[in-house]
Amino acid sequence: MKRRISLLLLVAGVAFASPAAPAANAPLTLKSVDVTLPDSDRALPDGPGVDAVQNNCVSCHSAGMILTQPALPKAVWEAEVAKMRNVYKAPVDDKDVPDIVGYLAAVKGPK
Amino acid sequence: MLTRRRLLAGAGAGVALGLPLGPAAKAAGAAAQSVRLPLPGGPDERPITTDFPQKGAMILQRTRPPLLETPFEVFDQGVFTPNDRFYVRWHWAVIPQSVEVDKFRLNVRGQVDRPLALSMSDILALPRLEYAAVNECSGNSRGLFQPRVAGGQWANGAMGNALWTGVRLKDVLDRAGVKAGAVQVRFNGMDDPVVSEGPDFMKSLAVDHARDGEVMIAYAMNGQQLPLLNGFPLRLVVPGWYATYWLKMLNDIEVLNGPDSNFWMKTAYTIPDTPHADMKPGQANVPMVPINRLNPRSFVTNIKAGSTVKVGSPISVRGIAFGGYTGVKQVDFSSDGGKNWIAAQLGKDEGKYSFRQWQARFTPAAKGDVTLMVRCTNSSGEAQPAEPNWNPSGFMRNVIEATPVAVA
Repeated sequence: MKRRISLLLLVAGVAFASPAAPAANAPLTLKSVDVTLPDSDRALPDGPGVDAVQNNCVSCHSAGMILTQPALPKAVWEAEVAKMRNVYKAPVDDKDVPDIVGYLAAVKGPK
Repeated sequence: MLTRRRLLAGAGAGVALGLPLGPAAKAAGAAAQSVRLPLPGGPDERPITTDFPQKGAMILQRTRPPLLETPFEVFDQGVFTPNDRFYVRWHWAVIPQSVEVDKFRLNVRGQVDRPLALSMSDILALPRLEYAAVNECSGNSRGLFQPRVAGGQWANGAMGNALWTGVRLKDVLDRAGVKAGAVQVRFNGMDDPVVSEGPDFMKSLAVDHARDGEVMIAYAMNGQQLPLLNGFPLRLVVPGWYATYWLKMLNDIEVLNGPDSNFWMKTAYTIPDTPHADMKPGQANVPMVPINRLNPRSFVTNIKAGSTVKVGSPISVRGIAFGGYTGVKQVDFSSDGGKNWIAAQLGKDEGKYSFRQWQARFTPAAKGDVTLMVRCTNSSGEAQPAEPNWNPSGFMRNVIEATPVAVA
């Protein structure tokens, strides 16, 4: 494997030798970064249980996580909701679980 | 819905890059605001977004925490994936949005003689290392699994290749002095769980692997500092291993005197301990092990599935290949669905962990439907399998890719 190992210290203005991108010739100095990550603007489709999903699921992940899923059997959605509660510690009330599973099975279940 | 600004931005990027147009865009006759991924049974439509900082046009899988896929045509533009098109994958949504270089410290602690809190100047003063390596998500191509499985529904764009620059993990560990009896080294980053009791994302490597002189703490990719979403200011580079080990925003290294039993090592990111990590849906009692080495893959990048080529005219086909944990020995191409194969010509060798370009020529002899196929064999003699693997997490897909085209 080809490697270039250099003992040079990084100094502002020293160009990187690189076959990579055109930008690779720019000097490397690490600059502090301050960015803003966008909010989701995708909504869940209406249906029975949508409020339970909205209240319990989208604080950890936006609606896109659900919208992009394929159709899966209800047992798979039960297991997913159990995983979110038991492993990832999502604070979901017992009473909300049937609504969430029912919604996912309806929106993302075999037709 | 898309705002007018995003729609216009998406349209510009789409025209320039030749993105496939979504149905809404087709109906409007102009703007490329979505892409269709070849996911069996759907849903297959994804927005193209330019809303993420330091990122160009990306396929939006999930906004928070971000899952951004590299549009596949980027892989036709060269073996190095530009930083602003490099895919993005985060587990937890608490991601620092500002990092001050002067205040940043990398802590090294645990079973060491001298715990360290290294500043960026300390790190930049260490001997420098640079090599090209593919970073591929364990679940790249998960959306192509059949039967389908839950999780991020990626097509083939959760991978990228960059020239990484940084320091050897070994040099940092030696400076701290690893104590006798150390077993694993655990890595943690600045991201945090949304729920305080949730498992913080951490990964570990065996001490010998961590000290192999190849594993890198990288401060640059493709000659530039890392985009924040790719791990600024430091990320671990574990060449030849799946990206789950390439910890982003790395700020904590802990040397352990026993095997790491944290959730992300013991339970998550495990694969069947079988050839190609393959098992049957519902199969019981399959031994599982932590995911580890990348397998070989190859792709056609200049001809899209479903396109039409001209009978009797020579056609140049090209693409990328990688050997995974070792280099590319050979790439073979078939224009008849795998009945006959010819050796492709390999492009410049950028190192054994890099993408490598390949090209081949063929002349379609008769009208009809044909299937183009490409197969990589790595330097250890491991070739891509003809049948797709399956496992419940959708990991390590590397079946020989098939590209159906019409000859007319």
